[in-house]
Amino acid sequence: MPLVDVQGVSKRFGGLTAVSDVDLTVNSGEVHCLIGPNGAGKSTLFKLIVGLYPPTKGSIYFDTVDITNERPYARVQRGMSIKMQAPSVFKELPVRQNIQIALQERFSGPERSAEEDRLLTLLNLAPDSDKLAGALSHGQQQWLEIGMALALKPQLLLLDEPTAGMSPEETFKTGELIKSFNAEGMTVLVVEHDMAFVRQVAQRVTVLHLGKIFARGSLETILQDEKVAEIYLGKAHAH
Amino acid sequence: MLKLLEGPQTLGRGKVFWSCFLAVLAGALIYPAFADSYDVGNFSYFLIWIFMALGLCLMWGYGGMLSFGQTLFFGIAGYGYGVLAINMGGGTATIAALVLSVFVAMVAAGILGYFMIWGGISGIFFGIVTLSATLVLAFFLGQTAGPEWHIGTARLNGFNGMKGMDPLAVGDFYIEGSALYYVMVALIVIVYIALRMLVNSSVGNVIVATRENPQRAEMLGYDVRKYQLLTFVVGSGLAGLSGALYTSWGQFITPSSIGLPAAAMPIVWVAFSGRSDLTATLVGSFLLLFGFQTITIYSQQAALVLMGALLLATVMLAPQGFVLGVGRLVVDWWSRRRRPDTGPALADASRLQSDET
Repeated sequence: MPLVDVQGVSKRFGGLTAVSDVDLTVNSGEVHCLIGPNGAGKSTLFKLIVGLYPPTKGSIYFDTVDITNERPYARVQRGMSIKMQAPSVFKELPVRQNIQIALQERFSGPERSAEEDRLLTLLNLAPDSDKLAGALSHGQQQWLEIGMALALKPQLLLLDEPTAGMSPEETFKTGELIKSFNAEGMTVLVVEHDMAFVRQVAQRVTVLHLGKIFARGSLETILQDEKVAEIYLGKAHAH
Repeated sequence: MLKLLEGPQTLGRGKVFWSCFLAVLAGALIYPAFADSYDVGNFSYFLIWIFMALGLCLMWGYGGMLSFGQTLFFGIAGYGYGVLAINMGGGTATIAALVLSVFVAMVAAGILGYFMIWGGISGIFFGIVTLSATLVLAFFLGQTAGPEWHIGTARLNGFNGMKGMDPLAVGDFYIEGSALYYVMVALIVIVYIALRMLVNSSVGNVIVATRENPQRAEMLGYDVRKYQLLTFVVGSGLAGLSGALYTSWGQFITPSSIGLPAAAMPIVWVAFSGRSDLTATLVGSFLLLFGFQTITIYSQQAALVLMGALLLATVMLAPQGFVLGVGRLVVDWWSRRRRPDTGPALADASRLQSDET
């Protein structure tokens, strides 16, 4: 059953069509990866789904509800949770307070403190919990933002290049974390360049090229598609 | 509830801080016993402006909205108090006039704030729009000298000023002199405590988050516009409280209390003090007002030049505010003295502050 249903969505910026007539479904309980070369329109489509851009044409449904004209906060209240491409945290506030702000609508009192501690430990940020978020390394800020997104206990976790700036070890750990939350029933949509990461987590893949859907299916199917290999993966990677 | 008095959003915590607070409060309470009535009246005058400064601190320092419109709401409530007190008569009705005039200022802030915030106005444009609205009111009131400009029996009187309203009173007892001073002290304590609790609450967390990164705050499910509007209305209401108390104190108000030089003053007080902390704003604004009044006795021009120089010095030398800077040094020193291992976290905090500036 589709949790996200994008129907005929286009986005134009002046004379440039960044996304053209795209149909995309993300099914409940899957990890769906959105890949494509630079300029394919992945981030634009991501921003259309989270509500940062209004579409020029088309509709977006979440859990069968039309959310095309809803602001991002309303989509989050429906069960989406979002991690942007560049780390987006509250830099002048302590790490623990960042997590608190994410948790405070759903937890209170000792339950909130326990959840804060659980997330900080899960993300390896417990030793730095009193530091200002802006004083963390780039990779740690990525972790913190992922933690804030997870704190919302979403139905759908949207991640735009979550491993940018992370070491291979951190990238692998992020993948395992995503798989563990998916195993508990969370649906995940990931925009990602790192093919090793995509291999680790993806159950279904959609390839965007020049703003249009180029291919879709399982990762194995996509990797065997010669045209996809030509436009994005490089032939050497296809075999 | 009481634990909200202390938190990450306010400087000062623990027994030492609250002992100092009580000592200052005790000093303020016994001050009239040792001072003459002229000085007590002057102190009441300084305290009137503190509400406006605290309101701007909330909006600018905590909410990230630089409003140049504090004197707009000061003027609305100031004139509002005059109009209501004249038309409703003296006595206890003046208390109702005070409350209603502040309410009117908050409603006006709600309307202006709604159009600005829902219209997506932010940053420097927020300051420009609020300043424009302030100047419109000042210019409008400036041309109301003719007898046709009246509301009920209250004449607006242009630059000659509105007069004839009673001071605050309960029955036949006029709240003046020491009584007014004690009312001011009580109101400041209430407002200060209430604001500390607000900024350290979950609502305060979102207000600060909105200042830091409005997009991230929205992506955590918060409609940041509602929090911004709340901040703007509360901050403007405090400016309105200053305005109504000012008119009650002097039984007089003119458009010059609203115009450009007056509108710039709260910015100077709060910038010099340290916009991101309520205590720094409270202390710094009082010191500046005291200094300004003392110099004004000899030369008003010199006092205005000093205010301009202080603003320049603050921007150049201590963008986070002089009083807050001193306060942080004291807190750092005290923390290191008690817990030497807190050094790295504080060093990180200081480094980030320097990077940002």
